[in-house]
Amino acid sequence: MSETPTGLSFRPGAVTALPLALIVGLFGVSFGVLSVSSGGIGAVQAVVMSASTFAGSAQFAAASIVATGGQPITAIAAALLLNARYVPIGISIARFLPGGRLRRFVLAQLVVDESWALAAKGSGEFDGHRLVGAGVVLWLAWVAGTVIGVIGGEALGDPARLGLDAAFPALFLGLLARQLRSRPAVAAALLGAAITVALTPITPPGVPIIAASAAALIALVRR
Amino acid sequence: MTEAWLVVIGVGLGTMAIKSAGPVLLGGRALPPRIGAVVALLAPALLAALVVSASVSSGSELVADARLIGVGAAAVALSLRAPILVVVLVAAAAAALARVWGIA
Repeated sequence: MSETPTGLSFRPGAVTALPLALIVGLFGVSFGVLSVSSGGIGAVQAVVMSASTFAGSAQFAAASIVATGGQPITAIAAALLLNARYVPIGISIARFLPGGRLRRFVLAQLVVDESWALAAKGSGEFDGHRLVGAGVVLWLAWVAGTVIGVIGGEALGDPARLGLDAAFPALFLGLLARQLRSRPAVAAALLGAAITVALTPITPPGVPIIAASAAALIALVRR
Repeated sequence: MTEAWLVVIGVGLGTMAIKSAGPVLLGGRALPPRIGAVVALLAPALLAALVVSASVSSGSELVADARLIGVGAAAVALSLRAPILVVVLVAAAAAALARVWGIA
């Protein structure tokens, strides 16, 4: 593909992202299904959220808190704390995105864990073209999957009968397993779980999850 | 469903701001290492909290129901290095079967 000084060649990143797009699309389907189940955030809401937020674990977290009766503010806070990692991730790719502020604002929305990982060239260098190409493909898969999920989900019936209410914690467990690559990460996870168990009976739904974010402060403890 | 729209808009705008903060405002500068270390531990802490909350909480109560059986099955599948989608399906199947058999 030809390149102009401010242009981007999407194709290499888009092609590399195709296998991942299938998985992301299926996750989108599950987000759509869970959103239209009883107590979920609703069909149109789910699609708008997938298109505008484009961050899987935060969306599942917000939807899960709404489904268990949490207040909107706790759902928002928990989702944004989960997305806080996109601050350092955004900083890491900042100098590889082209264009002025508006263009960089739009391109930055295509950053998710997977597109970021695909764009990494090692030693702190990133391929901005690959990031955008992969990001577009994954975004399309995520939104299309959500649409399929909300349409199909309404036909599925009672989610508890199908065990779909166990799908949320299983998904979070799977995402957590990928994070447990260091001793501080394991310690933060155990502390976060303990805080949640301790606070659940005595605070409103959703609050224990936000309080658990304090477990990340163990990063400041000197060994 | 006004509350759901509040969540959709709040999470959407907040995430857009978070994702673009670095590229729009900071250019190529790095976070101070200590803050970066705290941010890196936010995901494991919050995901563990979500596992607990989504498997044993119901409102402000701790309960053990079919969800817990599903998560246990998911943990086994994960230890066998199953892909994450298989893990989720195993959890749903285990919870559904537990209800059918009246275990939980």
